Amino acid sequence: MRGLSKRFGANEVLKNISFEVADGEFCILLGPSGCGKSTLLRIIAGLEGPTDGEIAIDAQRVDHLAPRERDIAFVFQSYALYPHMTVFDNLAFALRLRRAGAVEITAKVTEAARLLEIQDLLERKPQALSGGQRQRVALGRAIVRQPKIFLFDEPLSNLDATLRAGMRVELARLHRRLRATIVYVTHDQAEALTLGEKIIVLNQGSIQQIGNASDIYRKPANTMVAGFVGSPRMNLLDGRLDDTGRHLDCGGFSIDLTPVLETALLRLAGDFLTIGVRPEHLRPTSEDQSWIRGEVDMVEDLGSDQFIYLHSGDIGLIARSGGQSLPQPGTIIGLQVAPSEVHLFRNGKRLEG
Amino acid sequence: MKRPATRLLCSIAIALYCLAPFFWFILTSFKSPAELTAIPPELIPSFHVGFYRSALQNYGLLRYIVNSAIVAGAATLVTIAIGALAAYVMARFRFRWTNIYLLMLLAIAMFPQIAIAGPIWSILDRLGWLNTYHGLVAAYVALSLPLAIWILTTFFREVPGEIEEAALIDGCSRLQALYRVVLPLAAPGILTASLLVFIYAWNEFFFALIIVTDPDFHTLPVGIALFPGEYTMPWGEIAAASTLATTPLILLTLIFQRGIVRGLSAGAVKG
Repeated sequence: MRGLSKRFGANEVLKNISFEVADGEFCILLGPSGCGKSTLLRIIAGLEGPTDGEIAIDAQRVDHLAPRERDIAFVFQSYALYPHMTVFDNLAFALRLRRAGAVEITAKVTEAARLLEIQDLLERKPQALSGGQRQRVALGRAIVRQPKIFLFDEPLSNLDATLRAGMRVELARLHRRLRATIVYVTHDQAEALTLGEKIIVLNQGSIQQIGNASDIYRKPANTMVAGFVGSPRMNLLDGRLDDTGRHLDCGGFSIDLTPVLETALLRLAGDFLTIGVRPEHLRPTSEDQSWIRGEVDMVEDLGSDQFIYLHSGDIGLIARSGGQSLPQPGTIIGLQVAPSEVHLFRNGKRLEG
Repeated sequence: MKRPATRLLCSIAIALYCLAPFFWFILTSFKSPAELTAIPPELIPSFHVGFYRSALQNYGLLRYIVNSAIVAGAATLVTIAIGALAAYVMARFRFRWTNIYLLMLLAIAMFPQIAIAGPIWSILDRLGWLNTYHGLVAAYVALSLPLAIWILTTFFREVPGEIEEAALIDGCSRLQALYRVVLPLAAPGILTASLLVFIYAWNEFFFALIIVTDPDFHTLPVGIALFPGEYTMPWGEIAAASTLATTPLILLTLIFQRGIVRGLSAGAVKG
């Protein structure tokens, strides 16, 4: 996919998108709603045409081909099963259109049904299925085709939380088993980080970062990725670096960067910077070791984790408690962070080193 | 109306008011010639079938029934075939003029028949299609298409686009997606539109009268209207023919009742 863009009237929803997906790779398009990720997927499928740019599958241009000539399968958010057909017929539909023989159809449908554990449902109509079962049928309809690429458009977002977690594991297993090439759209970072071998973060129609889960999480390319990936979100503090390169002036409120920086940032003196620290790296500590202090607003106890919401001046912060005694709201606590866990951004872009 | 008794009485009164003429000619059709002219009139007939035999043998009723079936059937098939394609485009591809076009269709459907009778007659005359089945079918298709397109568009819009896109990806062409996925899902709409067109064509009198003057091609309504001779008024045969003409419509409607009810109410409320 090269130099792809899409305009609806004056509205440019995709701007110069270029990326590659390797054979057998699980690629995630991650982004907030309205970022253009679904449109991108529909363009790959051929359901919509690009305004500019080209798409190739196996080095063969496909952007002029109709969807059915691209050898792709698409799993819709709404599943889009054929309501007037049984599950068997839903699975067999594409094979029949290809004029496959009855024996081959039965074999492939049975195989897919076994893989997805829906053998008992083959005679039912979609309306007699639960959400999870419909999801499996939609998946099965894609699997029987053995397409070059699987396209998934937020396939799990209509399932309840438990089912979603279960299907996520199953999708990963399925991918390992079929070694299929997958492009998967989601706004759910948990899905993206657990499933994706390659994650492409999109925002407002352009690619923010391409990388694996660890890159995206540990080295966010910009403040958008930093703020979007991770839950609760990363603490981001905007300010102007003073002339010593050691203090960040956040507007009537100064943060001493000395404890969190290995070297002074003299070359950046006077620049506007954003520093980012993930909640799990911001730990409560004793007063004398603290880097920043804040007043506790509330404590969120999730069982495995406890997050402390606090504020320092006008700035809201989130920290993860080490599991010791939890501070009471209204108390003032000190927080510390290891220098290696501090992210620095200038003009929204990551500063390396 | 709170009390069921009141409601029941009102329903019966309305039903009687609407159905009385039907009962009258149905009862009349089963009378014997003597009962027909008896004074005071007999309410309950002796279930004599002489008028039916006479209508079929002496008045060529069978010919008219066959003509009506051919014309109404063909008009329905052609209207739905063309209408489905047009409605599919209206429903799926949004042009700037889609809604204006639909409104114009509706306006056309409101034209009084007499206003277009002359032009239609002239066109069919030039084509040499007067006194033919296809001439009458062509007129009926033209007259019922707007309504059919309107109804079908509503139904096609209800079929989720993603289901159709799934079909396109699974290997369908646009046309295949239409008849393998969209049409089956819009079946209640097809049924409703078909029945309305069929009933319209079956009952239509005015155009059937002006387009067809050859008795061999007369349809039921015109045929029955021409039963009376210069000096005769065959009430019994007319009643028998009317009963036979109405029965197929009643049967069709009863058979497809559920589909039609679903059809007419769909689109009104998002389901």
